[in-house]
Amino acid sequence: MADVTLRKVIKRYDEVEAVRGIDLDIADHEFVVLVGPSGCGKSTTLRMIAGLEDITGGDIMIGGDVVNDVPPKDRDIAMVFQNYALYPHMTVAENMSFGLRLKHYPKAEIKSRVTEAARMLDITDLIDRKPKQLSGGQRQRVAMGRAIVRNPKVFLFDEPLSNLDAKLRVQMRIEIKKVHQKVRTTTVYVTHDQVEAMTLADRVVVMNHGRIEQIGTPNDLYHNPATRFVAGFIGSPAMNFLPCRLEEAGGGLNIRLTDRLAFPLPPARAARYRNVPRDEKLLLGIRPEHITEAKQHKESGVETFDTVLDVTEPMGMETLIYFMLDGVEVCGRVNPNAGARDGGPLRLAVDLNNMHLLNEGTGVVL
Amino acid sequence: MTSTIVIDKAAPTRKVKYGSMSRDRTWALRWSYFFLTLFAIFSLVPPIYMLITSLKGSAEISAATNPWWVFHPTLSNYIELLTSNQYLRFFLNSAMVSIFVVTITMLISVPAAFALARMRFWGSATLATGVFLTYLIPDSLLFIPLFKMFAVIGDWTGIQLINRWYVLLFIYPTLTVPFCTWIMIGYFASIPKELDEAAIIDGASWFQTLTRIFIPVALPGLIAATIFAFTVSWAQFLYPLVFTTSTDQQVLPVGIITTLIKGDVFNWGQIMTGALLGAAPPLIIYAFLMDYYIAGLTAGATKG
Amino acid sequence: MVDVAIQPNSVARAGGARKRTSLRTALKRRSTAAFLMTLPLILLISVLVLYPAFYSLYLATLNKSMQRFVGLGNFEFLFKRDTFWLVVKQSCIFAISAVVFKALIGFIVAHFVHNIPAKGQRKWRGMLLVPWVIPPAMSTLAWLWLFDPSYSAFNYTLAFFGIGPIPWTGDANWARFTVILVNIWYGAPFFMIMYLASLKSVPDQLYEAAAIDGANWWQRIWYVTLPMMRNIIAITTLFSLIVTFANFDIVRILTAGGPLDYTHIFATWAFRVGIEGSDIPLGASVSLFMVPILAVAAIFILRDVNKRGNEA
Repeated sequence: MADVTLRKVIKRYDEVEAVRGIDLDIADHEFVVLVGPSGCGKSTTLRMIAGLEDITGGDIMIGGDVVNDVPPKDRDIAMVFQNYALYPHMTVAENMSFGLRLKHYPKAEIKSRVTEAARMLDITDLIDRKPKQLSGGQRQRVAMGRAIVRNPKVFLFDEPLSNLDAKLRVQMRIEIKKVHQKVRTTTVYVTHDQVEAMTLADRVVVMNHGRIEQIGTPNDLYHNPATRFVAGFIGSPAMNFLPCRLEEAGGGLNIRLTDRLAFPLPPARAARYRNVPRDEKLLLGIRPEHITEAKQHKESGVETFDTVLDVTEPMGMETLIYFMLDGVEVCGRVNPNAGARDGGPLRLAVDLNNMHLLNEGTGVVL
Repeated sequence: MTSTIVIDKAAPTRKVKYGSMSRDRTWALRWSYFFLTLFAIFSLVPPIYMLITSLKGSAEISAATNPWWVFHPTLSNYIELLTSNQYLRFFLNSAMVSIFVVTITMLISVPAAFALARMRFWGSATLATGVFLTYLIPDSLLFIPLFKMFAVIGDWTGIQLINRWYVLLFIYPTLTVPFCTWIMIGYFASIPKELDEAAIIDGASWFQTLTRIFIPVALPGLIAATIFAFTVSWAQFLYPLVFTTSTDQQVLPVGIITTLIKGDVFNWGQIMTGALLGAAPPLIIYAFLMDYYIAGLTAGATKG
Repeated sequence: MVDVAIQPNSVARAGGARKRTSLRTALKRRSTAAFLMTLPLILLISVLVLYPAFYSLYLATLNKSMQRFVGLGNFEFLFKRDTFWLVVKQSCIFAISAVVFKALIGFIVAHFVHNIPAKGQRKWRGMLLVPWVIPPAMSTLAWLWLFDPSYSAFNYTLAFFGIGPIPWTGDANWARFTVILVNIWYGAPFFMIMYLASLKSVPDQLYEAAAIDGANWWQRIWYVTLPMMRNIIAITTLFSLIVTFANFDIVRILTAGGPLDYTHIFATWAFRVGIEGSDIPLGASVSLFMVPILAVAAIFILRDVNKRGNEA
């Protein structure tokens, strides 16, 4: 087990900078997820930690040692690939033990490690099969088994669940979490799926265009996004962004959405935005889960308004509603028996205690 | 009373022949089998005729009876050839040359293909295309300068190079190596890159990656390339004709033609037997490994 | 548990003085390793293919005893010889007609094989590929016997239909016919296998869409099959043109260039002149004449291969 540190890591391909200066401290035993859209540099960063890509600038340290020039096999890491990368001509047992056999570990040792890992991943009865006889989920377990037997300092996962169907993905997510609980190896996990990030990570690193947007625990990122990108990336369905302005009203602040729609801000929020210039163009960020059907009694900070719905999506445990507000499509989540109908009217409630205010130009959350 | 005409909008507007699909299909099949039989006969006539003739004694052949049938089958031709030292010598020479050439070819082609397919280095793309192009330079262009070259080198060094079977070991690879390299490049290139990376992370060196991962996974390609190299070596005619003139140095194709055709007297029974036995090794390999044979062929064009 | 006591893998202590060049040397090592692995290939090709090719250019400029430099004398000599132009004409006709028929027959047979159910395809394929498996020298001997002036099995059979004995190898035109026929017999299976593989890769849905659009079998071939197979057809045809053009075995064994040089092609005539006639420079000149034609074909192949690479 070891900690991993990245200092000002840069990766340049010819003139393109894929990774533009990453600083990251991963503590021993921590499960860190790098998440972001395609092309944001997360896989490149992972591969630099693995040693499969050269580092153009900066330093990477594993366990306190600078490993910039150390070849992958000496970094004591193990990697699980998106396409499993199992050796097709070897059995499961041989696949898992390949690395150990190359290092000439004693046979008894190899056998015990392989048996143990197989038991942990529930693939013991597959041990003599070849990859082509296995399903996708089984292959992914074998790939994980191959990583586990090496007992490395760091596990690296490169989008391991992307090739699995939705149901299998959920199952494997749980497997991976269980394995981490048992083995407690430092893990760096790359994915483009924010649900995986939120459910698996101790801390999440959101990346965009080669830079880190924000690092934090899943809760942090959900409740306190620092930039518009993070706010819109985390959470599904995505956060709504509505153009708005602040205005004085009585002793407090109102937030004006359209000519006819304005809400008073709850005191905590009003205090926070005290110094924001009025009449400046801002964005209101509000998650669909905070736009619900109007309830019987009024809670503090929750305001109601009427609207006509465009489309509803009944999901069973809730219904997603979509409506237009001044040309912007807004999404909300209501109770299935709230009477939401395509094209029908509904009285909604918006919980401003959980609102975010963003500067449209800079994308920074105020 | 006016009769009302009911227009059935759902009916097809064209007259449809019911059952025409399956009837067409059966006829197509019948024609196919018919023509295939014709072509199969065309393909198999020469080898079958070789077999028929090989079972005839010279008396029956000169009697000019029905050439398509054996009236007095005899194994005398086979026995004579298989006990003839000369013929066995031809067979042995062919076998030695072919086996050595196959080994040399694979030793050159496989590492080269691995380097060209996987390790990107300066000039690797040009080299790969160059390999492909040299395959297009025919032996009928090179045999004369090569002959002169080896004669000259033989004079310089005093090593007898003309009229020696081992010279062929140098020359045959020019025919086999380019194509075998090409086949192997195709097979190696189709191995997913992540396999390399997994091997690197597992701690394998380049050499270990080649021997423990690539070669086993690309084994069908290796077999196809080996079969190709063997068949080409075994069947070579021009180069041995040029380079080996005495009968103890000759390989099968040349040997049969130069010894069994003495002047105007053609001992056809023996010639056909000799030819059939000479064609046997490739045919036997083909019978057992037909799929690899075909894979080798198609690999060149489709993967190239 | 997986935490078995084992020697912790040691990573080399990196002091601040670790230079980036060590990675560069690692890279270089890979480059040199790669180079070494391709070295035998490079040596083989340069010494035994490229050098002789250029050497033959030099040889063609010498006189018969190879003492004097005669420049283009050999070529002038060849141009004045009727036989030479006969050889040029025959080589071209031979190559083009053989390749056209091989491609056509290969294409047709491939279709038939493709039509029959998959289980049976293997054994038909097996039978039809036999001509290509037998060493051409051996099979040509069989044809020689089949065409023998006195004992030809074909003449025997034709006699039943009242068709007089045909001088297969004795008459110039029949001899040309036999040479081309044997070449087709030998080479058509190659085309068949290539086209069969390519046919299998044409998606069935295209045919279904065409059938729905109302195309008959001929139109389906013209509008669906041929365009999808264009690349394979081009490559195999050009490959075969080169190989057929430079062919030696069949002519040499069947007719030895006769009768009266009427079936000589470049390869066999170069052999006659250069080796049998002991005039190496002249033989080299003859062989060299193949080069411009081969070069043109090679350029076309390269263009096609590149085009395919870009499309892919």
